[in-house]
Amino acid sequence: MSAKEEMLTLNLKIWRQEDRNDKGRFVDYKMEGVSTDSSFLEMIDMLNDELVKEGKDPVSFDHDCREGICGSCAMMVNGQAHGPNALTTTCQLHMRSFTDGDTIVIEPWRSRAFPVLKDLKTDRSAFDKIIAAGGYISVNTGNAQDANNLPVSKENADLAMDAASCIGCGACVAACPNASAMLFTSAKISQLAQFPQGQVEAAERASNMVREMDELGFGNCTNHAECEAACPKGIDLRNIAHMNREFLKAKVKGK
Amino acid sequence: MGFKLDSKIPEGPIQEKWEKHKFKCKLVNPANKRKFNVIVVGTGLAGGSAAASLAELGYNVKSFCIHDSPRRAHSIAAQGGINAAKNYPNDGDSVWRLFYDTVKGGDYRAREANVYRLAQVSNNIIDQCVAQGVPFARDYGGYLANRSFGGAQVSRTFYAKGQTGQQLLLGAYSSMMRQVNKGKIQLYTRREMLDLVLVNGKARGIIVRDVITGDIERHTADAVILATGGYGNVYYLSTNAMLSNATAAWKAYKKGAGFANPCFTQIHPTCIPVHGDHQSKLTLMSESLRNDGRVWVPKDKGDKRHPNDIPEEERDYYLERIYPSFGNLVPRDVASRQAKFRTDEDRGVGKTGLAVYLDFSEAIKRDGKEAIEARYGNLFEMYERITDESPYKQPMRIYPAVHYTMGGLWVDYNLMSTIPGLHVLGEANFSDHGANRLGASALMQGLADGYFVIPYTLGDYFNNHDLEPVDTNHEEFDKAEKEVKERIDKLLSIQGTRTVDDFHRSLGKIMWDNVGMSRNEARLKEAITEIQKLRAEFWKDVKIPGKAEGINDELEKAVKVADFLELGELMARDALERVESCGGHFREESQTPENEALRDDENFAHSAVWEFKGEKEAPVRHREELKFENVPLTQRSYK
Repeated sequence: MSAKEEMLTLNLKIWRQEDRNDKGRFVDYKMEGVSTDSSFLEMIDMLNDELVKEGKDPVSFDHDCREGICGSCAMMVNGQAHGPNALTTTCQLHMRSFTDGDTIVIEPWRSRAFPVLKDLKTDRSAFDKIIAAGGYISVNTGNAQDANNLPVSKENADLAMDAASCIGCGACVAACPNASAMLFTSAKISQLAQFPQGQVEAAERASNMVREMDELGFGNCTNHAECEAACPKGIDLRNIAHMNREFLKAKVKGK
Repeated sequence: MGFKLDSKIPEGPIQEKWEKHKFKCKLVNPANKRKFNVIVVGTGLAGGSAAASLAELGYNVKSFCIHDSPRRAHSIAAQGGINAAKNYPNDGDSVWRLFYDTVKGGDYRAREANVYRLAQVSNNIIDQCVAQGVPFARDYGGYLANRSFGGAQVSRTFYAKGQTGQQLLLGAYSSMMRQVNKGKIQLYTRREMLDLVLVNGKARGIIVRDVITGDIERHTADAVILATGGYGNVYYLSTNAMLSNATAAWKAYKKGAGFANPCFTQIHPTCIPVHGDHQSKLTLMSESLRNDGRVWVPKDKGDKRHPNDIPEEERDYYLERIYPSFGNLVPRDVASRQAKFRTDEDRGVGKTGLAVYLDFSEAIKRDGKEAIEARYGNLFEMYERITDESPYKQPMRIYPAVHYTMGGLWVDYNLMSTIPGLHVLGEANFSDHGANRLGASALMQGLADGYFVIPYTLGDYFNNHDLEPVDTNHEEFDKAEKEVKERIDKLLSIQGTRTVDDFHRSLGKIMWDNVGMSRNEARLKEAITEIQKLRAEFWKDVKIPGKAEGINDELEKAVKVADFLELGELMARDALERVESCGGHFREESQTPENEALRDDENFAHSAVWEFKGEKEAPVRHREELKFENVPLTQRSYK
């Protein structure tokens, strides 16, 4: 609806895979009349509408809020996690970022820890397992003390907020040559370590979460920083350094 | 004989009701708690907080969600904040004032006792969330920051940037995952609840479909909690997420749970307007924007000039003109309706004419671009990403969109529905917001229900009911599973010509045009006929490729839309029967000379509760009378 709206013709190469056991392959689709005002997912909706009308199986992909906050959508677009724009999830990517006649290659996240379920849908439950291993402050519901009894410096509060912005989409893993989940894991560890009550179990938390991460088959960090570049929420690489410090403390304490 | 509506509001002065009730609730001794199994469907603020708190108490919890992870529930998208009566700014807030504002804001269609309890526990919620490590905004002294929100006269809103819902949800999710680790919560992701199972009249289990394998599963429990959110997606385009749906609540209704005030829907005034036919959903922008933005349309009809070329004297700042004391900060229902009136008069802007301007030029001149960027930078960025226009350089275009549903399954003071053992929390119930929800109150209610109400009232239910052992081989499970499978097979066998989305879009148009911001008798009657026709058409002509096994996205959508096609009709019926205007429900037949909503307290100071009577029978409308003993009934005025 913007003044600059144009219609695009596009060649799509989309990864199609029946289920976990299927080998999978790229399939070509030609799209016409795609508005530059449409979002990337609305463009796939259009394709799916055509496929369904022809009685064919639509392209399966995870999506929900379409506002860039739920972390469901997850695609490699021309080899980049979430596509060409910085700080943008796939659902917030708009077709004005493409040009008439472009070929767009669309693939699922590629990582051993995120097996493909169908087409572009993957199983990211490994992230839940990392959080379950220690991504919390161990407080039960009940009569917590008055919220203002524990002042937290604005600097710490802001650092915690920045780390807590992670949406758990998995782009960091998909972008990393080692499929490491360190950016994801470290963001939670450093968020909680900013608070006095989060300090109590900080070392143990780091130790447990890192152990779980390793057991799930995620790779190591070798400082490529691809994760930070791919992260749609701008999670800072320094969180990993913070995590390593907490992890070291845990080792010193023998945890 | 229909169901009896006993609200179970405790006796005594309103300030003492909850304390006394908690004391009266019988306790389950710690060793016995592990003998009870509880199913919680949904992992948003209400479901996540309930699952975590119940598991901490020692109950065995089975938690179900439609997403691949509980962290993705749509509570995550709430931006603005969460209210509490802390009175940290010392600006005159109190539990009483939050209670009063919520009853009044809801246009006197909520239960006083429930609202008072909500205001009471609001402070515990903030304490709990801070203890969990929710990174609320803080001042330089390290104390929590507050802002005024949605026209409130006090600053009682706590926030975490524009991502408050996300942070609160991740707090509840963390607490849940801690219990998963301890083995007290069994997590079932990517499950869609397709039926509720009753044994001897009590809720004892659910039927779900695993959306990855397509398997139909049976799960038993001693109580079932639904925290499955609202039904705004009946309108096709809304700010709800794509997967948000009403199927679980609708199945419960068909099994005997009363559905209250289905016509109470909230249309949010500050959304990004529709751009075209392929649009899949609408994007909300926080209404905090109205703190600094000025809403206007051109004075001349059909004025198509660029907004920057329209001189000051040819602009109508209609909210400031009509409501001099509240101006741009009038409540959501009022702001939305006025926008509709302007576009109906052909004063709408943009290519479609279905938008009004929200202008920041004066605020930028007054406070500087930097100050405005600090306040709204992320929202401006989001707007520009979607529309390709910069709000720093020209006014935003906004239009109302369906955002929240105040109606939902009827519950008593214990949050139990008319089905014993079936409890309903959060947006899925009808309880606290009356006919209009105030900004920053949805998050408060979801967490109040889950952290602070259900942990007390559920124990009382277990103590007062004999629950015989039930296993998944019970004939009621056989029956429910058979029906679910038959419905799926029926859908797949139609192989018609129209897609599920096509039907959903048609339903949305009927609902938006006739059961939207402004309603009248003729159009509501027409809507009922149209929906019935569309529903019949759907069951003859829908086209769903694929099979019941494995991932089938179109089948998943079809199951939801089939239920929306029934619920939409109930919404229209409810709107038709309520011949008064209140909150978000505006009946053209009932307005003041200045076109404001006119309540009819004599005839409609009640909640309408609908009882399902069978596929071929009309549903029956029951009433729960509302008594206002503490907040005097007045006509809302924002002049």
